[in-house]
Amino acid sequence: MSGITVYQDKCTGCALCEKACPFDAITMVDKKPVIDLDKCSLCSSCVEACRKFGAIEIIRTTTQTPDIEKYKGVWVLALQRKGVVQSVTYELLGKARELADKLKVSVSCVLLGHNIKDKAQDLIYRGADKVYVVDDPKLEHLLEEPYARIVSNLIRKHRPEIVLCPATSIGRSVISRVAVQLRVGLTADCTGLDVNTDERYLLQTRPAFGGSIMATILSKHHRPQLATVRHKVMKEAAVDPNRKGEIEVVEFDKSFFISRTKVLKVVDEVTSTVNIAEANVIVSGGRAMGGAANFKLLEDLAKVLNGAVGASRAAVDEGWIPYSHQVGQTGKTVCPKLYIACGISGQIQHLVGMQSSDTIIAINRDPSAPIFKVANYGIVGDVFEIVPLLTKRFQEIL
Amino acid sequence: MNIIVCIKQVPDTSEVRIDPSTNNLVRDGVKSIINPFDMYAIEEGLRLKEKFGGKVMVLSMGPPQAEAALREAVSLGCDEAVLVSDRAFAGSDTLATSYTLSKAIEKIKDYDMIICGKQAIDGDTAQVGPGIAATLDIPQINYVRKIEEIKDGAITAERATEEGYEVVQSSLPCLLTVVKEINNPRLPSLKGKMKAKSVVIQTWNATDIAAEESRIGFKGSPTWVLNIFTPQAKHEGKIFEGEAQQAVDQLVESIKGLVH
Repeated sequence: MSGITVYQDKCTGCALCEKACPFDAITMVDKKPVIDLDKCSLCSSCVEACRKFGAIEIIRTTTQTPDIEKYKGVWVLALQRKGVVQSVTYELLGKARELADKLKVSVSCVLLGHNIKDKAQDLIYRGADKVYVVDDPKLEHLLEEPYARIVSNLIRKHRPEIVLCPATSIGRSVISRVAVQLRVGLTADCTGLDVNTDERYLLQTRPAFGGSIMATILSKHHRPQLATVRHKVMKEAAVDPNRKGEIEVVEFDKSFFISRTKVLKVVDEVTSTVNIAEANVIVSGGRAMGGAANFKLLEDLAKVLNGAVGASRAAVDEGWIPYSHQVGQTGKTVCPKLYIACGISGQIQHLVGMQSSDTIIAINRDPSAPIFKVANYGIVGDVFEIVPLLTKRFQEIL
Repeated sequence: MNIIVCIKQVPDTSEVRIDPSTNNLVRDGVKSIINPFDMYAIEEGLRLKEKFGGKVMVLSMGPPQAEAALREAVSLGCDEAVLVSDRAFAGSDTLATSYTLSKAIEKIKDYDMIICGKQAIDGDTAQVGPGIAATLDIPQINYVRKIEEIKDGAITAERATEEGYEVVQSSLPCLLTVVKEINNPRLPSLKGKMKAKSVVIQTWNATDIAAEESRIGFKGSPTWVLNIFTPQAKHEGKIFEGEAQQAVDQLVESIKGLVH
C-alpha cells in the first residue's frame, strides 16, 4: 500500500519531523507524530528530517514506463507563430544542450507549421543535433489536436527521455494533451532544471503556493519527462553557424491533421505602452502606490528611462493597472537590464517573475521588505517622495 | 444546454505566509476559498444557462471539507453539485486529477460544455483543464476571454494569447478554460443562499466513478514532490538610507552607467 508510514518503534519523539513539515501537517501526540493526511502533500521533508532514525517512510508503488532505459535524448518543442520561431524556443535549446551534454545524449527539435522548413537550420545553429519538421497547411495555426497527436506519435517512435516545451498559452495546452495521451508526468513553469546523471532523472524546480515556496518535482519512473518553461527564464542559446545537424521532414497521413477546432482570426493587439516582456527598463509599482492615479509617477520615470511600467499582483488585483502589466508567477516573467520596484514588498510570487533582471533597484518604506534581499541597490523611503526626485535627477543627466 | 463547471477549493494564497523562524508555510487561520479563476467559470456557466436554458452542474475533487466550496457555488446559482472524494485520491498529480475528474464527468454523462478556470492559485499549473479534455477526447479552447456565439452545435470564442487574441471555433461538446477578462462574477442571492443550505451534495468515491486503481492517487501520478524549500536571497545589495535627495543622488551616481 502506498502512502506515508510512521514506525513507532524507531521514533525517538524528537519532533524534528514536526518542525520540518512545510504544510503544518504533523502534530506530536504523546511524543509520536500524527500526520494529518488532508494537509500532507507527501513532500518527503519529514523523511529527510528523520533520515538518522528512519522512522518515517513514504512508499510509492507506481507504474513504470516499460523499457525505460531505451529512452534517450533531450527534445525541445519548437513553437512558431506566423512562420517565426518564438524566441523562447532558443532559450529552451540552451538548457536542452546543457542537460544533453551532462547525460551524453543528443538534442532534437520538433518543428511544426506551414512553410517553416527553412527555419530548421536556425535550430541546428542554436544547438540542435536533429530537427524533425512537419510542414503542412493545416499546421499554420497552433491547434491542440493535430499538434498533440503528431508530437505524441513522434515521441512514441523515437523515445526521448526529456521533452521541454515553451510555457506559452498554446504550448501549455498542447503539451498537457501529450502528457495525457502518453500517460506521463508534466511539470509546469520550471524555473530550474537539472539532471541526476546516475539515475538519469530530471530535477524540476518550480514555485508553488503563489510562489511562496519552491518545490523540486521528479518523474522518476516515467519517460519522457515533460516540462514547460516560461519565456525569459533560461538564457538564450548562442548562434554557432558552424554547427552541423540533420533535418528530417516527416510525413503524416490525413487523419493526423483532423481538428475539431479551427482558428478564424488572429488579432495582435498593439498596446500604447511598451511590452514589458521585451522592455530593457521596467518601473514597477505595488500596493504602496495606493491608487491608479499614482501610477502616473511611475510612467514619468519610465518615460525618462525609455522603459515600460510594470506592477505587482496586488496592484493589478486592486484594479489600478491592467493585467497585461503584471510581473510575477501569475503574470509575466521579465528580465530587463534595469528593474525598479516601487512600493513592492517582494512576495515570492513577484520575485520569481523578475529576479533574473540584470540590475534591481528597490524603493520601499520598510527596510525589512523582502524586495531588498534581491535588490542590487535600494532606497529606504517614501515612493511618493523618492520617485519624483529620481525622475528629476535622471532628466538632468540624460 | 447542460454545463459542468469544475472548481477547486484552495487556501487563499494571498494570506499564506512563511514563518521566518522555521521557514515553514503557515496555513493556520488561512481561509479556504473557491479558486478565484473558477469564479469566472461559474459565472460564465450561469450566464449560458440563463441564455440557453439547461442546468449548471458544479464538480470538485477534494477532501470532505471541499463541500463548502460546492455549497457556495450553489448559492451563486448552480443547480447541482458533486464532490469526488476518497482517501485513494491522495497524492494525485495533474494527470491523476484529470483522469479522476474525467471519470466523474463520464458518470454525469449528459453535458454540452465543461468550463474550468484557467489555473488554480495554489499549484498554478493550468494543466488539469486541458488534461480533462484530452482524457475525454473532446476539443478544448483555452484562455477564453469572450464567448462570441453558440449555434448549430458549435461555439465561437476569443482565446487570449501573449500577443492579443484569436477567434476560435469548436464543435460541441468542448471544454473551455476561462480568464479573468471574461466577466464579473455575481454575488450570491438570498434565494441561492437558502438553496445552498438545503441542497444535497452528491459525494462519489473511487468505486462510484469506476476509477481504475492504477490511475488514481499516488499510483496514477507520475510526478511527485522531492522536496520543498523557501527561495534563498541571491545577494545583499547596497541600501541608501537617510535624507531622500542625498539617497537619490547616490543611487543615480551608482547606476548612471546603466541608463542612456
